[in-house]
Amino acid sequence: MTIVRQISGFVIRDILRSRWSIANTMFFAIATAGLFYLQADSARVAVSISSLSLVFIPLISLIYTAMYYYNSRDFIELILTQPIGRRSVFLGLLLGILISLVAGFITGIGIPYVILGSSDWTDISAVIAVIVIAIALSSIFAALALVAATRCDDRGKGLAVILGMWLVAAVLYDGLVLAAATALAEYPMETPLLIASLANPVDLSRVLFLVHSDMAALMGYTGAVFIRFFDQPIGLVVATVSLLAWFAAPVWYGLRRFNLKDF
Amino acid sequence: MLPMPGMLGGESMRLRMTMAREIASVRLFAAVTCLLTALVLMVPSPAKGRTLWVHPDSTLATISQGIGAAQSHDTLVISVGTYSADSLIIGIPLTLSGQPGAIVRAGGKRGIFVVTAPHVTIRNLHLTGVQASFTAEHAAILLEGVSHVTIEDNIIDNCFFGIYAANSFACTISRNQVIGRQDRLTTAGNGIHLWYCRDIAVIGNSVSSHRDGIYMEFVRSSVVDRNQCRDNLRYGLHYMFSDSSQYAGNFFCRNAAGVAVMYTSNVLMQDNVFDQSWGGASYGLLLKDIRDSRVVGNKFTSNSIGVHIEGSDRIVLAHNLFKDNGWAMRLMANCLDNSIRENDFIDNSFAVATNSRQNHSSFDGNYWSDYRGFDLDRDGYGDTPFRPVSLFSLLVESHPPTLVLLRSLLVNVLDLAERTIPTLTPETLVDTRPSMGPNL
Repeated sequence: MTIVRQISGFVIRDILRSRWSIANTMFFAIATAGLFYLQADSARVAVSISSLSLVFIPLISLIYTAMYYYNSRDFIELILTQPIGRRSVFLGLLLGILISLVAGFITGIGIPYVILGSSDWTDISAVIAVIVIAIALSSIFAALALVAATRCDDRGKGLAVILGMWLVAAVLYDGLVLAAATALAEYPMETPLLIASLANPVDLSRVLFLVHSDMAALMGYTGAVFIRFFDQPIGLVVATVSLLAWFAAPVWYGLRRFNLKDF
Repeated sequence: MLPMPGMLGGESMRLRMTMAREIASVRLFAAVTCLLTALVLMVPSPAKGRTLWVHPDSTLATISQGIGAAQSHDTLVISVGTYSADSLIIGIPLTLSGQPGAIVRAGGKRGIFVVTAPHVTIRNLHLTGVQASFTAEHAAILLEGVSHVTIEDNIIDNCFFGIYAANSFACTISRNQVIGRQDRLTTAGNGIHLWYCRDIAVIGNSVSSHRDGIYMEFVRSSVVDRNQCRDNLRYGLHYMFSDSSQYAGNFFCRNAAGVAVMYTSNVLMQDNVFDQSWGGASYGLLLKDIRDSRVVGNKFTSNSIGVHIEGSDRIVLAHNLFKDNGWAMRLMANCLDNSIRENDFIDNSFAVATNSRQNHSSFDGNYWSDYRGFDLDRDGYGDTPFRPVSLFSLLVESHPPTLVLLRSLLVNVLDLAERTIPTLTPETLVDTRPSMGPNL
């Protein structure tokens, strides 16, 4: 475990020195400040940040992780010559990237919020919810990116796979859901839609935001089914398990590939 | 005769003239109504009578004894104390005036006062305790076939129905505070209930926690102004078959639904606020089978649905503000020749929803916060038309479960594509002159 910590320490120091982390932080800082400039209401800004995070956090996590992996191939190969378990190297890498990603996001939205936002508890809790979801999404997509990067030695191919993942998670999946919901309109679609939204981390995050905002009242019968499910403890447990599974599965599979990989 | 949809383009000039005439007639009607109301208010109630004092310790210890001792046009002053009355009939012109602290309870299982004579005034009383009934509509004050009755400055609480007027005309109900029990819908009555009435002025009352705040059925030429209706279980104001009436400057807040106007023509709805009717089946204003009416200068804020319009023709909706609603407006395809102009649609989840590709109403000069066009000639209006019905809104209308995709990237992309090259959204539901800035 100390080795994991040491390696993640190296990674974090390395990332903090790079332009990537500054760009990441600046992106969220400028976006948040811009939203405050456009609409002074903190609650609305939280909603806008949540929409923004759902699109950009997966994308940034994927690209950032893969790029870091490809750029530090030499470092990884060097460190693997040392008497250190591959497991520690993989986890240290993931942890280091993850911490710097999340730290960048939190400082990015945190600083403008502290300066411009309200100190009302409901607004603050909305921002905390955004941050929790952002941490979940970052973890999941960083793990997925690491899997893609260990599988594809070619940087171009790896990036293509990653963009494909993002497209499926953020856009195409919803397209399939939409197609299914319209094609099967004669059938009761509430439960299938609920399951479909649990199966995609981006959708699940979006639905969690929706259900816990006023917007849920607009959603009629389907909305009522969703609210009923997510308001129960079992709903939150299932949602958490789904998010954890989306993190654990790529970590497990990535570790296996990384152990067997011929560098 | 209603113009057919196909004739719309060619006959727009004539239509516009018709509309102008309608507006003129509505204005004339409003003026006449105001005049009538003023006349009603000015009719002097004969002040020649005596003044009798009702006091628990005097010879006139009950209101019933007071009424028994009174002659026409007397004034009964009700002193501090708690009295009871069980559907007490006021059959001669009288003034009942309460002193602060005068409370009248329902003595039996029926109402409190039944007014059967004209020129009765009831003011400054605190009426309470009318029980709910499943067979009769017991009210704190029942007006039965009377005229020139004034009910003012009373507090009516914990009553089944507050003020119930039937077959009456030229009456005034003003500045009363009517507070219901916030009961179940089945055991709650209406705050102010008008049935087959004419020339009634309902002004400056506040009604809360009843079934409907103010209910009007078969009422003609009446005015409902500056009332506050909050937290009612069904509608703030419920309007049925009540032609040539107006309601203006009212405040409707947190009612299950703000106002329902049904089967009526010539209604003026002006400067009202419809706020926070938020819930699965809630709306600020429901217009159903309405003709030749005007909805002007109102504010619709934070409602699930701002205005729901169906089967309504020749309505002018102008200078209204729609802000933070789920749907600002649902305009069903069975509406004809409505003019929606110079309104502000700001930050609504959906600006306009409809259920068809057909549209027979016109949109002109509105401000849409979703509009992304430009104004090269600097005339204040965008150079490209705006289509307020998004593709997603159309999808949701036909397949409600797809609403779970709200705020998804896919939906934004689809809407953008549809706005760029419209193929599915209603062709004629378009604002060709979208305002670049808020109109209000």
